[in-house]
Amino acid sequence: MSASTVERVLRIEGLTARVGETDILHGVDLEVRPGEVHAVMGPNGSGKSTLSHVLMGRPGYEVTGGSVTLDGVDLLALPTWQRARAGLFLALQHPTEVPGVSLESVVSEAARAAGRSTEGIRDLLVAEANRIGFDERFVSRPMNVDLSGGEKKRNEMLMMGSLEPKYAVLDEIDSGLDVDALAAVSRRVQEATEEDGLGVLAITHFSRLLEVLEPDQVHVLAAGRIQAVGGPELAERLEAEGYAGVLAEAGASVGLPTGVSHPGTHEAGFGEDPFADPLA
Amino acid sequence: MREADRLDRPRGTALNAFSADVSAGLPGPDWLATIRRSTLDGLDAVERPDADEEVWRYSRVGEIDFDRYTPLKRQRASDTVVQRDLSAYGEMAAVVVVRNGWVVETTCSSDAVDAGVYVGPVGDAPDGESLFGAAMDAPVDLFGHLNRGFGPEPVAVVVPDGVRLEAPIVVVVLTDADGAAVFPRVLVRCGDDASATVVELHTSTDVDSLVIPVLEATVGRSGHLRHALVQELGPRVFQLGHQAFRVGQSGRIDAFAAALGGDYARTRTDCRLVGRGAEGRLATAYFGEDDQTLDFRTFQDHAAPDTRSELLFKGALDGASRSIYTGLIRVRPEAVRTVANQTNRNVKLSPEAWAESVPNLEIETDDVVCSHASTVSPVDEDQRFFLESRGVPTVAAERLLLEGFFEDVAATSPHPAVAETLREALADRLDRRDALSSDAGSSDAGSETEVTA
Repeated sequence: MSASTVERVLRIEGLTARVGETDILHGVDLEVRPGEVHAVMGPNGSGKSTLSHVLMGRPGYEVTGGSVTLDGVDLLALPTWQRARAGLFLALQHPTEVPGVSLESVVSEAARAAGRSTEGIRDLLVAEANRIGFDERFVSRPMNVDLSGGEKKRNEMLMMGSLEPKYAVLDEIDSGLDVDALAAVSRRVQEATEEDGLGVLAITHFSRLLEVLEPDQVHVLAAGRIQAVGGPELAERLEAEGYAGVLAEAGASVGLPTGVSHPGTHEAGFGEDPFADPLA
Repeated sequence: MREADRLDRPRGTALNAFSADVSAGLPGPDWLATIRRSTLDGLDAVERPDADEEVWRYSRVGEIDFDRYTPLKRQRASDTVVQRDLSAYGEMAAVVVVRNGWVVETTCSSDAVDAGVYVGPVGDAPDGESLFGAAMDAPVDLFGHLNRGFGPEPVAVVVPDGVRLEAPIVVVVLTDADGAAVFPRVLVRCGDDASATVVELHTSTDVDSLVIPVLEATVGRSGHLRHALVQELGPRVFQLGHQAFRVGQSGRIDAFAAALGGDYARTRTDCRLVGRGAEGRLATAYFGEDDQTLDFRTFQDHAAPDTRSELLFKGALDGASRSIYTGLIRVRPEAVRTVANQTNRNVKLSPEAWAESVPNLEIETDDVVCSHASTVSPVDEDQRFFLESRGVPTVAAERLLLEGFFEDVAATSPHPAVAETLREALADRLDRRDALSSDAGSSDAGSETEVTA
């Protein structure tokens, strides 16, 4: 296969997945092309987080059908680290604390695995930190340990900026950020789409992120399927009217949220996220 | 020993070679000979270790056949000079080399000598007798008694009141006698308002020997002792060690250990805080491979008001290795306003590895803040996934996590060279682990091919 024949797209087709005994995704179809921003919105329990974890291959999430390809590469056949190497980045909703391991050492190790030079990584990270108004000492501190929610999210952006992925899945990147931080983070993502052709799949509860990061398409995920697709105006409608009307119009039969507990993650408790979905 | 006693005891616990003659032939001043003699007189009455007792539970003490080991009568003549690269320690206040229990080399910087520091055989130390038993009332077990009766040349380290040493004192404890029972003993006195760093490097060649080291260390009023034990014994050595710290008013001990070698290596650590405001910080890193057993028993003994102890023991267990941690925080009635913490964390790197962790509290007064925590778990799946999701391969991710796991213990090491030794030892073990996992991978693939062929 020559390079010219490879279609550049992150393509999710008919993806079904389960957590334990519970089926969560019932056939998700989505395409993200370089430089595009796609928003995935949906009520709690709709499968948004499951989608992000399945894409990255988190243990505990079992794909039961469908396919995911990244520029022609069968992602589901790869272990997690090779998915990252293939160009996928997942910014976690709840970034993991890793005692004793610095962000710099992780990015260096990733570069080494990819056969890239580790020289100049520190400078790169410092430049990235400055770009999002983040203190550069976070580059050498133990990853996410004793950091605020907003600082953890900016750590995620710092890594996204330095790992130079082709496609980024941002799982609730806006939660826990104050207005200024949200603006800085959104701007950084926007720039990556424009400068590096980053394709973005932004999973969010909340349309405020999308005021800065203008989506090409908004997908409404409910009951494990994309129920409606539209332009930026769809996000505005969801904000104003809630999900019920949009979903009813789309003819979706939406059951109650399944309330699945995600393995290895914890759901934000009350009060943790001041912008939590009011419909939840 | 009466014949009946001998028959009643399990095989191997008869101390045939550990005779009064051997003990009496050891060098040293009269007071030391007297201590040895009284120890030998009482040896028959000393309780034999029994795995049914809590303090010996899970230990491999039952495997010790004392008939296999001979206590040395004299230092073996040898033309080989003990060489060890200590350049990483930079300028040192003193270096002592103890070989098979004998002091074979002592160097003390002129600054240290001028300050009144003594480092060398206890027999030549000023008031050496007072150092013996200064940190412990009596030997705690049979092995303590044996050390007392057969230790040929205990090392004294005396840092007088008010002397603050920047440079470390390094004690190399080498065992290279095969089939020997070896009894090193280090006696440290860190005086009032004194400050010192003592690093013990315990090593051996690949011998089948029994090493019974004892450390006694006292810290005077407002004194500060930083101690490190780096244990890198050979893979066939059985080690049963005892460290006793006794800290006076407003004094402080920082005790660091890296337990890496040995077939069975046990260290009991007693930290007695006897003066108001005394402080003890105990940190140990251990890494077991193959069939190693690493065994730790700790006692944080609060015997005065306003005392504080912090304990952090962290270990990784690979292969079919085992670790035992049992620890007791004891707060005596007079030790009001004690703050004491005890944390033991174990990472199991293979399904065959095994770790036992038993923290205990015994609190005899109110108005204390005590906590204990212990965990035994595999490498954290979320942390590994997180690193993998950033493009770090599984093996490298686990490596980063393990290096990170030990980082807080390494950070407490009293000298950069000690931390570096720990990191290097860790890297060696992780290299071996990586090599094994890639071997396993290729052999699996091989057998698969065979099946399908």
